[in-house]
Amino acid sequence: MSPLVEALWQAAALILHADSDLAEIVGLSLAVSLGATALAALVGMPIGAMAALFRFPGRRALVVLLDALMGLPPVVAGLFVYLILSRSGPLGFLGLLYSPLAMVIAQFILILPIVAALSRQVVEDHWREYEEQLRSLGAGPGRALPTLLWDGRFSLFTVVLAGFGRAIAEVGAVMIVGGNIAHVTRTMTTTIALEVNKGQLALAMALGIILIALAVSVNGSVHAAKHVAQRWGGQ
Amino acid sequence: MRRLAAAFAFAASLAAVSTLAADKFITVSSTTSTEDSGLFGSILPKFTAKTGIEVRVVALGTGKAIEVAKRGDADVLFVHHRPSEDKFVADGFGVKRHDVMYNDFVVVGPKSDPVGIRGMKSAADAFKKIAAAKAPFASRGDKSGTHMAELAVWKAAGVDVAPASGTWYRDTGSGMGPTLNTASGMNAYTVADRGTWISFKNKGELELLVEGDAVLFNPYGVMLVNPVKHPHVKAEMGQAFIDWLVSSEGQKAIADFKIEGQQLFMPNAK
Repeated sequence: MSPLVEALWQAAALILHADSDLAEIVGLSLAVSLGATALAALVGMPIGAMAALFRFPGRRALVVLLDALMGLPPVVAGLFVYLILSRSGPLGFLGLLYSPLAMVIAQFILILPIVAALSRQVVEDHWREYEEQLRSLGAGPGRALPTLLWDGRFSLFTVVLAGFGRAIAEVGAVMIVGGNIAHVTRTMTTTIALEVNKGQLALAMALGIILIALAVSVNGSVHAAKHVAQRWGGQ
Repeated sequence: MRRLAAAFAFAASLAAVSTLAADKFITVSSTTSTEDSGLFGSILPKFTAKTGIEVRVVALGTGKAIEVAKRGDADVLFVHHRPSEDKFVADGFGVKRHDVMYNDFVVVGPKSDPVGIRGMKSAADAFKKIAAAKAPFASRGDKSGTHMAELAVWKAAGVDVAPASGTWYRDTGSGMGPTLNTASGMNAYTVADRGTWISFKNKGELELLVEGDAVLFNPYGVMLVNPVKHPHVKAEMGQAFIDWLVSSEGQKAIADFKIEGQQLFMPNAK
């Protein structure tokens, strides 16, 4: 049987048997990446909105930096967090290395620039469109910020999904700060890397198929929510 | 605001989960050969059942594993490169090195064996032939125990591989598994530890060609990270793990670990 066909069978078998190890790994992957995405949205959107609306020294440099860091390699983000959280690093006393929280922090740093940079673009576009109108109502950039974020919420959904997609797919950062410890920090992507190391290519591919299915269902539910919200919430 | 609170609650619960489970575990910095072969999966539950201590393994190449232990990010170091281990202890990073087990490295290559090294008794002579024929050779290139053992064989063969890097000598800079995958893909010769080789599932056209040379001996050592250097090291539990590994019970667990009837590691604690 070709490995690709075998992978499909194995993926089906893993899901049908409700493999408990698999459930644990999927759960951890989702928890870590959703957690990192939530934090990145919380911090990144205001940063992006501020860079879009306010004029302050260093703004241009910030915009360039955010845009550039969208391409931050996961291993570099991971290495950075590792050096900070390592016992010999500045926050080593916290003992956070090789924990799920360390993985959330690493993915947060990885996707924060994506969320911030894309939010800036969304808010800036809306601001350009509505600036005159908002100003005529007496709303300067400060008053307009929440309005613009709310107004751009459907585009911001996609921004958040881009961040989530990056987080759930990366392996470099979580491998370094999580250590791929069985039952503690083993996620979908580190498991796939491990199975490739073992030469279990079909099993690795099966896990890859499940990961993709997972990403599709998360994106699908967000789109469904967006659709419902658009219908009932106007726009 | 609610989102903020939810996010904090989430982060806090993650932290709680990682610290709750935190009371009784040790972190072991070890090599890919012990983890990928399935050895730890087989023996660790026995230790945990007996002592209640959970063992968290971070599997890296020996070079990286030692670096992690030096930084204090592990309680126990379990690797396979004697000179580096002795240096680790001599520099005060480790308390004392214990013999645990050994196996050996094997030279593998394409079934067709174009260079004709099959069955040779001297690994160095086999390497000389590979170099003379400029046959593709995949090297770990990652400062792992296996990589350093491979370099020792090249030295014994009197071949300087540095200038050949990028031509017939392919430095993969990756773990044993990926290197075997690469070798399998390009029908190259390579060196593997026997444990990973036996358990590896993507052999393709690769076959074991040279074994049994003394230079291919592969001993594993275990040592506690020095609590004097790193006060947070869980010395008591770490030592309990080491004591168990070298006890008759731990040694038996190692000997009992077999794949397809083959024993992968030979216990040799004194």
